[in-house]
Amino acid sequence: MDEKRDESSFDQRLNDARERQRLNDPAEVAAAAVPAGDQATQSAWGLGARIGVELASALVVGVVIGLALDRWLHTTPIFLVIFFLVGAAAGMLNVWRLTSPRKPPVEKKN
Amino acid sequence: MAEFDPMEQFKLVPVFGHFGQQFHFSQANLFMIVAGALILLLLRVGMSPKAVVPGRLQALAEISYQGVMSLAVGSIGPEGKRYFPLVFALFFFILFGNVLGLLPYSFTYTSHIAVTFALAMLVFILITVVAIVIHGRHFFSYFLPDGTPWILAPLIVLIEIVSYLSRPISLSIRLCANMLAGHVMVDVFAYFVILMGGAGAIGVFAALMPMGINVVMIGFELLVAFLQAYVFATLTCVYLHDAVHLH
Repeated sequence: MDEKRDESSFDQRLNDARERQRLNDPAEVAAAAVPAGDQATQSAWGLGARIGVELASALVVGVVIGLALDRWLHTTPIFLVIFFLVGAAAGMLNVWRLTSPRKPPVEKKN
Repeated sequence: MAEFDPMEQFKLVPVFGHFGQQFHFSQANLFMIVAGALILLLLRVGMSPKAVVPGRLQALAEISYQGVMSLAVGSIGPEGKRYFPLVFALFFFILFGNVLGLLPYSFTYTSHIAVTFALAMLVFILITVVAIVIHGRHFFSYFLPDGTPWILAPLIVLIEIVSYLSRPISLSIRLCANMLAGHVMVDVFAYFVILMGGAGAIGVFAALMPMGINVVMIGFELLVAFLQAYVFATLTCVYLHDAVHLH
């Protein structure tokens, strides 16, 4: 009898704790996940440096993939040219993602 | 005066004589171990009083714990607690590496791309595995945003993949380049001090200027050291958020 009461009170407390931590409702879990901190460190200089790094790194990845494909398939300039452009585009995309305000997480039905 | 090379400070040299040569144990390894030991010491010694009203060290340990926790939970969401140990370890490993590197006669292991790239790849592989484990095959829809015209799809997928792959590169280059640039700058200005100091009575006064700049630079470097560790941890959290929630 006493044991049973304890058990249910434990369940009750566990549930309360999960409620407090907002782990019960999956929609709320997702909604609470608005990325903070992204804006916190953003000075103009820092932003400029980050943009430069993002542009360059995407370009590096594109060029490396292009060179590797060319080497593998013996088609020397073709893939390099293609992936150079793709890398440049990806760099632009990175910068766009960085500078455009993050949209609040939309509930997707999946 | 010998040839001046500001990059010389980043050269890896075996330490502890014969032992170091045998195991290729360089200053980088040494300072990684020192950093790890200091972090553990801070937490262990700091938390040992278990006082309700914390002393200085305990307050430091608690603040570091809570700071990283709020960063993880704030940017990943409540599930962020699951990834807290990783974020905490990354943040403090990088922070201690950066700050220890500012001490005279020490070595900045975060200035080596090998180290930062390894850390970034760790994060990259982790976020990919987490996303695949949580979302299964749905993960691959990440590379095709909703509402893409089918005629553009091949191009968009290609661009998204390259953009995704560029994450570890940008993560590692940012940290490494910041540390490298800062240390080279301090070194160059220090060399100016010596050069001008050697140029007679006027030179000694002229040397005060690069000296002053260096004083400011060290303070600035301290800021950068903290900021870069924070940025690395923050971006890890942002990527983890993407992995957990997919867009």
